[in-house]
Amino acid sequence: MPTDPSLIDVRDLERTFDVRRRVEGRRRRAREQVRAVHDLSFSVEAGEMVGYIGPNGAGKSTTIKMLTGILVPTGGQVRVAGLDPSRDRVELARRIGVVFGQRSTLWWDLPLRDSFDLLQKMYRIPSARYRENLERFVELLDLGRQLDTPVRQLSLGQRMRGDITAALLHDPEVLYLDEPTIGLDVVSKGRLREFLRALNAERGTTLLLTTHDLQDIEALCDRVIVIDHGTSVYDGSLAGLHAQGGSTRTLVVDLVDEAPPVDVPGVTVRRVEGPRQWLSFPADASAAPIVAAVASTYDVADLSIQEPDIEDVIRELYSREG
Amino acid sequence: MAEHPATHVRTYGQIAWLWIRAAWQYPTSFVLLAVGNGLITGLDFVGLWIMFSHLRELAGFSLHEVALLYGSASLALAFADTAIGSVERIGTYIRTGRLDQMMTKPVPLLVQVCADQFTLRRLGRLTQAGVVFAWASTYVDWTPLRVLVAVSMLVSGCLVFFGLFVGFSCIQFWTTDATEFANAFTYGGATVTQYPLNIFPREVLVGLTFVVPVAFVNWYPCLFLLGRDDPSGMPDAFQLASPLAGLVTMAAALLVWRSGVRHYTSTGS
Repeated sequence: MPTDPSLIDVRDLERTFDVRRRVEGRRRRAREQVRAVHDLSFSVEAGEMVGYIGPNGAGKSTTIKMLTGILVPTGGQVRVAGLDPSRDRVELARRIGVVFGQRSTLWWDLPLRDSFDLLQKMYRIPSARYRENLERFVELLDLGRQLDTPVRQLSLGQRMRGDITAALLHDPEVLYLDEPTIGLDVVSKGRLREFLRALNAERGTTLLLTTHDLQDIEALCDRVIVIDHGTSVYDGSLAGLHAQGGSTRTLVVDLVDEAPPVDVPGVTVRRVEGPRQWLSFPADASAAPIVAAVASTYDVADLSIQEPDIEDVIRELYSREG
Repeated sequence: MAEHPATHVRTYGQIAWLWIRAAWQYPTSFVLLAVGNGLITGLDFVGLWIMFSHLRELAGFSLHEVALLYGSASLALAFADTAIGSVERIGTYIRTGRLDQMMTKPVPLLVQVCADQFTLRRLGRLTQAGVVFAWASTYVDWTPLRVLVAVSMLVSGCLVFFGLFVGFSCIQFWTTDATEFANAFTYGGATVTQYPLNIFPREVLVGLTFVVPVAFVNWYPCLFLLGRDDPSGMPDAFQLASPLAGLVTMAAALLVWRSGVRHYTSTGS
């Protein structure tokens, strides 16, 4: 057997679905094959933090399902920790953690603590290890006061932290996170990211993260895989993605008075609306000198920075390739 | 990796126990549910009772003989329903994505599905069935062999209902919302067994023997307990064949379950 050191190894992965569609004037619905994922190859080493991004319907969830063994591929192969996910699903489950952002894995009517206890039994986590992990995660994620609250009464942020704790109690080697920060406020997002970074640094947990939030990626991932129309269109650093996608950040400036478009090196004025102006500059450039230049020349009432939208970056990437 | 089945039973027990504990957070509603369930199912038997106040016998069977049939079938059904009744909900689990989550846990899916939201509200039915069965047993002329057959009847009856519940719930892997169709066979089968099966045409009895084998839940073994000849003229061996029927039903159901899960993982719907 060839030894493959990669923790996750995906080769020429393909998944097609049979879709039945109603056709006008025909009794039977027409069968149609849809390729959700095709020609997908990548590998992830232990300890990496990888952002897996792409527009809705690009094939992200389908990939995650194949990586966790929920879905059998129709072509190519997947190996996670040396196992075939769909064949060795139950065995693999002990070694991975999965958090589906929108759907809680916790038991709705039970207090958080009961859900955790149940997971200890299911994963057969040794008591000492379980207590140690629980204590640590509860402290880091600040869940102490929620432990005895039924899950249905938790806020979205608390529930997400509960879900992440639930996925980590058995010390998984890989953690799949599907939109972990969706719907969270800025403070919660920040804390969650900090926690995940620490987890990776201290325990070497490999992270595969799907998200729409580029800041998640910026804060956590050294590497980004972009998937679109079922296959990988980019695999590399985030800076490289910005450069390749030509993505820009936008500085929104509220001047004290209306003025003609500002003239500062390195920026393009996109839009002017009364005293408000939208200036764009390359996403990998620092905003500080630009802000300084604007402020030294004009009377500025307020400033804000808009990060590039992931969908825009990908659209740009795609239109250039095409 | 193949694990010992006892491990799965233990995991099942631990999940179930957690749900019982959770239900005890609201003891009043728990008791009300159980009592209500007992009363409602009790009406079934009251119905039979009223019928017998007009009839001396039903197809040659007296009230206490029908009570034996009713009690044994009801016990097996209540036990099976308590133990694995939540398997009926797999359609919902598929729709809500809960099944996907269960699939990422290191416990066999069937164990998780059966133990999820375990409830003892069928305790009412179990008690009621137990009382009827106990009363009817006082009319049985017990011998050691008959005790053995009675015990094996109850265990096999559970297995038959386990199998029917699991097997018919699997339809939901192919089409969701098939619960009503499945109920027609499971609960429908159970209702039928409350009566002496010789009231039905022979074709129906054959169906209840070989297709939906509920006749082995109580009818054949009860004939043995009552020391009666089979009024439909089925082979006497059937009266002792309940364990076989239970195992075959269970095995068939597990096969259907496996192919259902395989269908799910290969179609993702």
